[in-house]
Amino acid sequence: MSTQRSSGISSVITVMRRELSGYFSTPVAWVFIVIFLMMSGVFTFYIGSFYERGMADLAPFFQFHPWLYLFLVPAIAMRLWAEEKRSGTIELLLTLPLTTGQVVLGKFLAAWLFLGLALLLTFPVWLTVNYLGNPDNGIIVAGYIGSWLMAGGFLAIGSCMSAVTRNQVVAFILSVVVCFGFLLSGLPMVMNVFTDWAPQSLLDAIADFSFLAHFAAISKGVIDLRDLVYFSLVIAFWLLANTIVLEINKAD
Amino acid sequence: MSELTIKASSLSRNFGGIVAVDCLSFEVRSGEVLGFLGPNGAGKSTTMKMLTGFLAPSAGTATIDGHDIINDSLAARRIIGYLPEGAPGYGEMTVRSFLEFIARARGFKGREVQQKAAAAIDRLNLDRVPEQPIETLSKGFKRRVGLAQAILHDPQVLILDEPTDGLDPNQKHEVRRLIRDMSSEKIIVISTHMLEEVHALCNRAMIISNGRLLADDTPAGLIARSRYHNAVTLVVEDPERVASILSEIPQARKVELREGELTVFPVEGARLFELISDAVKEHGWSVSELRLEAGRLDEVFRQVTKGINGK
Repeated sequence: MSTQRSSGISSVITVMRRELSGYFSTPVAWVFIVIFLMMSGVFTFYIGSFYERGMADLAPFFQFHPWLYLFLVPAIAMRLWAEEKRSGTIELLLTLPLTTGQVVLGKFLAAWLFLGLALLLTFPVWLTVNYLGNPDNGIIVAGYIGSWLMAGGFLAIGSCMSAVTRNQVVAFILSVVVCFGFLLSGLPMVMNVFTDWAPQSLLDAIADFSFLAHFAAISKGVIDLRDLVYFSLVIAFWLLANTIVLEINKAD
Repeated sequence: MSELTIKASSLSRNFGGIVAVDCLSFEVRSGEVLGFLGPNGAGKSTTMKMLTGFLAPSAGTATIDGHDIINDSLAARRIIGYLPEGAPGYGEMTVRSFLEFIARARGFKGREVQQKAAAAIDRLNLDRVPEQPIETLSKGFKRRVGLAQAILHDPQVLILDEPTDGLDPNQKHEVRRLIRDMSSEKIIVISTHMLEEVHALCNRAMIISNGRLLADDTPAGLIARSRYHNAVTLVVEDPERVASILSEIPQARKVELREGELTVFPVEGARLFELISDAVKEHGWSVSELRLEAGRLDEVFRQVTKGINGK
């Protein structure tokens, strides 16, 4: 028989490569990168008062990333599955000899690498701060790692939401709402809903779900294993949910 | 090694409360070109989607060369080549890069990837367009790209959902020729609502309606169920008088006059053609057309799908 067995990882890479090439053969990638760079510039220099603070660090740059991702990552994620459903290619993709998990992971990695590329293209900010002063570049590297991990969390949520519907707008709104919940879960406006009746252990658990708290920890330069594990678990959980949603779609 | 087969046993599928496929059982062997024939919404596509692992059956199962489509779907999918309805493809990819993606996903490595893609391009006569994005291609070319990805790994089982739907007559002819050229060692399952397609391609036809199997026969066998089978049709001057004379023949069960054509139906097993051509000579009628009917597939199709047995 001419067909060969392919190993799991090479299947994931095959899907990832196709996805990545898809980004760059349409204007989606370029539009996203330009807007991402513009917005992060605006946030850093105008709203974040980069110059006025007079400090050689990138805190004003990273501080707005959660809010930037809240809208930009769902915009990238919404097409992941909804587009395949709309065009019918999902039937092609899921009848190839690939497991659903391999396809989910391949698509996620492509989008995550793409977000990583957009993030790397913000390097002029890093050059600027090094030109103006002597920042702690270790903290900056940690900030980039934390930002990328958080983007992965948002992306995994968005990917799962995209599989729920064939409508990209619905996918976008759903993932913004869920991401917003994850962002805010440590803040008083969410916690107040629970403080009156929930036990302390649940309160701690909810507070621990906050993207903001974990991101803040990393971007201060403290790469704590717990924060890395947190983001990895969030990504793993939502990708698993994504796979289950696709399996349910088959039977439903 | 045992013979290549597809076995479906009590395959069923509901969408909400609607039964799309209702307890379908059948067996296909290598060398068979099976046509799923049925009106739109009969359950043909749903059956194909279950065989290829895109939809899970609500009940029952099937095996492809011994691989269960539920528990061993990956192994089943490896030996299937599938053309989904409408031949979807990634519009922004070029034909070549799309086929290379399929080759990699099928587990080919290194130079084989390029070789398999090039061979498929060659086989489907796509050599004028390999560097064109799929979305810029005409419908006929898109369909050929869909077929190219389905046959790329030389699959033992080919499942083609409406392979010629929406193509012009030349393109239809070409796609049919391609399907006929595939090795006779394969199992080919095609779905269609075009009757002439079954005639042109298949050596077995299954009529499906409302998710149920209504007839399973060779195309010739299906045609023989037609009430027109072995009937004789004439176009003649003064048909009323001719009709009354022909209805006297003992082997003629019935004579019908419709739109200037006179059709004489035989009693069971009788051969009318010689008798009628003798009568024409004897009476000296001026006949402009005289033909023996093989049977009309569209009429059988209508009868069967209405739930009335053809006999």
